[in-house]
Amino acid sequence: MIQKPADTSAKHDSTHSALGHVVPLWLLSAVFGALLVLTGATVAVAHIDLGNMNLYLALAIAGAKATLVILFFMHLFWDRPFNAMIFIGCLLFVSLFIGIALTDSRVNDASAVGGQGSAMRGVHVPLGGPK
Amino acid sequence: MTQLTIPQSPHEHPEHLAHHFESLQQQYDSGKLGIWLFLTTEILMFSGLFCGYAVLRSLHPEIFLYAHRYLSVELGALNTVVLIFSSFTMAWGVRAAQLGQTKLLVRLLTITLVCAFVFLGVKFVEYKNKWEENLLPGKFYHPEEPPPGGEFLKLRGTDSQSVKNDKPADVKPQVTAGAVGERSTIAPAAIGPTGLSEPWLEGKHHGRQSWSGPEPDNVQLFFGIYFAMTGLHGVHVIGGMIVIAWLIGKARKGVFGPDHFAPVDFVGLYWHLVDLVWIFLFPLLYLIS
Repeated sequence: MIQKPADTSAKHDSTHSALGHVVPLWLLSAVFGALLVLTGATVAVAHIDLGNMNLYLALAIAGAKATLVILFFMHLFWDRPFNAMIFIGCLLFVSLFIGIALTDSRVNDASAVGGQGSAMRGVHVPLGGPK
Repeated sequence: MTQLTIPQSPHEHPEHLAHHFESLQQQYDSGKLGIWLFLTTEILMFSGLFCGYAVLRSLHPEIFLYAHRYLSVELGALNTVVLIFSSFTMAWGVRAAQLGQTKLLVRLLTITLVCAFVFLGVKFVEYKNKWEENLLPGKFYHPEEPPPGGEFLKLRGTDSQSVKNDKPADVKPQVTAGAVGERSTIAPAAIGPTGLSEPWLEGKHHGRQSWSGPEPDNVQLFFGIYFAMTGLHGVHVIGGMIVIAWLIGKARKGVFGPDHFAPVDFVGLYWHLVDLVWIFLFPLLYLIS
């Protein structure tokens, strides 16, 4: 039988509940503010032409935002490490999936095959087929 | 974290503890493990679409450079802010549930739900515009206007140039093929079924001579990707709204408190994932340069 502390209903300890970690409101607000700033940043850098770097910068900012959401909004910072392992394992599989697919999609490149594969630059075989 | 004790008699167990769990802590941890496993399946499902996006964009960046200008960065950014704010109110709602602040919880969940409605409303406006401008996947893609504000001449110019130079009909089979870097003597499959592909290679397939805007091939693929990704995400938003509405009903009855906030927590985790997906969709679809 669980004995509730006498002051449960009136005032609770702001960092501990019986079961999970209670995130302080200032931290939630700070994360929210940071997410807004990063959203502004990603829109701003999109207007600057950095060539290929634009894509990587946008992904880096999105990754930073995702990290903030996962660690603090989703409590993973205080959560059991096993949940974090599951999540990181999932990301590993996603990177394998996309990484290997990307290397494979370059196999038909002109320099790789020297033929006239559909992915060859400049030939432009339609992918959608005729109407 | 303290382990809570096993109830001595079945009638003395905590109100929200199911009989097959030893303690509230075990019950909570099991639920959380379950929801994280569910989230990984969600991520893997979305990663299929992200993978398709990555392959297409790496092979045909010109499609994305050209077509993303059809999307409204303002509306996309607005939706990003709306969704981030709803994530914030959801996270705050979990805190309110943990602290037993019922009124605050109901208010925060309601704000979250309203944000979801706003998100879908903005999305509806965007979809409606695309529908009216015939910016749709596959054969339904036939816009009458080029995207606003671009300098596409450079892009299309180099493309059509190379189409002219490299078109398969001009390629003479080489007997000496086989050395490194030489072209294959195998005839390209593209001219195999005669009459199908040739007109496409000549660029005659556009059928949109009403405007001379240089447009890369296969722009419809961008809208296929766009609708598939935002559509699947939108379905998740709708699913989230249903469970949040259910939470509001429960919260109004005051069932959530320090011992029983897991449903709010778990729905919150799901809602944050929906936010996470959008955090990547926004720059990848709207902010291409």
